[in-house]
Amino acid sequence: MSNKPVNHARAAEHFLEDAPHLQFHDERLWDMRQKRDAQMHILPEWQELREEASRIKEHTLSRLPEYLEQFEENAKKNGIHVHWARDGAEHNRIVGEILKSHNARNLIKSKSMVTEECDMRPYLAKQGVTVTETDLGERIQQLDDQLPSHIVVPAVHKLTSDVAKIFAKDYHTDPNIRDPHLLAEAQRQAARPVILHADAGMTGGNFVVAETGTFVVCTNEGNADLSATVPNLHIATIGIERLVPRMADLGVFIRLLSRSALGSPITQYTTHFRGPQKGGEMHVVLVDNGRSARLGMEDFWTSLKCIRCGACMNTCPVYRRSGGLSYGAVYSGPIGAIIDPTFNERKYSTLPYASTLNGSCTNVCPVKINIHEQLYKWRRVLVQHHEMPFVKREIMHMAGKLMGQPKLYRAAIKATEVSLGTMPRFVLYNWLNPWGKHRENPHPVKQTFNDWYRKNREKAKPAAAPETKK
Amino acid sequence: MKIGLFIPCYIDAFYPEAGIATLELLEKLGQDVEYPLDQTCCGQPMGNSGCNSDAAAAEALFVRNFAKYDKIVMPSGSCTHHVRDNFDAIPQTDEVRHVRENTYELVEFLHDVLKVDAFPWAEFNHTVGLHNSCGTLRALRTASMSELGEKPFSKPMDLLKKVKGIRFVTPKRPDECCGFGGTFSVTEEAVSAKMGVDKVRDHYQAGADYIVSADSSCVMHQQGCAERAGVPIRFIHIAQILNGAAE
Repeated sequence: MSNKPVNHARAAEHFLEDAPHLQFHDERLWDMRQKRDAQMHILPEWQELREEASRIKEHTLSRLPEYLEQFEENAKKNGIHVHWARDGAEHNRIVGEILKSHNARNLIKSKSMVTEECDMRPYLAKQGVTVTETDLGERIQQLDDQLPSHIVVPAVHKLTSDVAKIFAKDYHTDPNIRDPHLLAEAQRQAARPVILHADAGMTGGNFVVAETGTFVVCTNEGNADLSATVPNLHIATIGIERLVPRMADLGVFIRLLSRSALGSPITQYTTHFRGPQKGGEMHVVLVDNGRSARLGMEDFWTSLKCIRCGACMNTCPVYRRSGGLSYGAVYSGPIGAIIDPTFNERKYSTLPYASTLNGSCTNVCPVKINIHEQLYKWRRVLVQHHEMPFVKREIMHMAGKLMGQPKLYRAAIKATEVSLGTMPRFVLYNWLNPWGKHRENPHPVKQTFNDWYRKNREKAKPAAAPETKK
Repeated sequence: MKIGLFIPCYIDAFYPEAGIATLELLEKLGQDVEYPLDQTCCGQPMGNSGCNSDAAAAEALFVRNFAKYDKIVMPSGSCTHHVRDNFDAIPQTDEVRHVRENTYELVEFLHDVLKVDAFPWAEFNHTVGLHNSCGTLRALRTASMSELGEKPFSKPMDLLKKVKGIRFVTPKRPDECCGFGGTFSVTEEAVSAKMGVDKVRDHYQAGADYIVSADSSCVMHQQGCAERAGVPIRFIHIAQILNGAAE
């Protein structure tokens, strides 16, 4: 994997050049945010639910090993095979071995961000396993060989016409179809035979309940249920942070999840998996992949509370105008910008800067992760670890020095005023001046406030004030 | 009560009229205000970009300038947010703590401390859209935010409603960030400018002649975007309206 820092700014600039895609993307996600608001207004206990969800998650994370072992014990009693994967490679090896032992060549799967983290599909392809995504958006992304651009709506950056083109290539449908229903039907027709003949099914897991040894999958398309139940072999890949202690805790999260994500009261399917079906086998692979290390980071461990609803992405004005792919990472948007650097600090060093620190994300988060404060803290860490470009670092260093010296500072202000007033337009607005690329500069003024005060207020005083030193 | 007036660097350099209005307004309200001449910056640009140690000189100077005052007032939400919530590049002495605890953004100072109930000199015969900066909205909490579904409140609106002749419009996305974001405006200029254009168009389409804000940094960015995109809308700092500016 390349370590080169992701150029979010350039990718975003590219995204902004395409007006129809940009407008659809911004409006579709803003609509989801508004639907989420409407759901919030229906529930007077919304803020209490957020508080409770946050409390349950923080408690669980503080005793994660205990609850994980409790889950393992109870899951085994339910006849579930439990595996532990330290990282992506180990996860892929475990899944590969399970499939091999069943001689399974065709795997159908529902959406799982963890398998994206582990880069599982290329690994299995090398083993001769055909992996078919059954979630519509995820399947579109698979056919187009792209990462999901959003954790809930993976192909939200695409228009109907884009999907028609992709399906025409792979499903030989009419490339001019503009009716989303026809495209969905094409996917259904293509997917059903694959599902019926699959050797194994894979799902993720939204919540894992320690006391019952069960797990819950929330979807809207029913594809996870088909993936899990049509083949006899079900493998669920789940991050270790997905635990809740008791079944009673689950209600808090189920009430928050879909309301925060899509603005619907609940997902169409909320399936509790309690054990293998008759004659079948069920495996749960619990994946760490950097999570224990994150749990040890004082400023960033609460990012593990995330329930992957995507509300922070929908509300983020930067995400809506740059698209998920511009983050160049499995996780995009505000939550991605605080999680991704834990996977690769250099590569994702630019992401905490892809934010105005406006704080909307923090306030829609159903589990109250202080996302924008973590973005702020990541910037400090990245500078300390020398992950800020040299030029920017030097500019800040010079600016900081200047701001400590009032007389030098005054001289610098005068120079700026003079240059704004006298420089020809082509000097002020060239490619070296990013401010002026899409914006006019502020207008030069006759005198600064400081000058005005000296002339209009200081004169009235008996003597000039001495250096204000204590 | 002795008040120290802090005028942020971009107001000093580009919007002196907002600074003058702040001073005159506080004087009209009978306040004893001083402006220490050797002030520069609160340290926010360095702090926000992660270069916190580089904010130390600015923060130390800020404390030297303002420790002797009972209250420190500034016509800027984001600078107040920095001083109050992030001002930690220097050791937290009693003096530093005094400064941090007694720093106010102008609107909250007028609303919460002075509890001003009238601006008899103020008349503004225009239609305005209010822009709350993210600092005032989500850090200082001078207005309710749509994310929380809380009971609506707005300190700047409470003050503006006392001005004769003023009319208000509400844009479609009243509390979406305008995209300034400090160094973000340069390092992510394309997204920043797009957010700015969307913001000013939203106000313009709602029927605003003016965008009024308690933050000139947002205004500097929005004005640049509006002028380049040809959106005919004007900008004014809330201090100017409350001080009696006619336009």
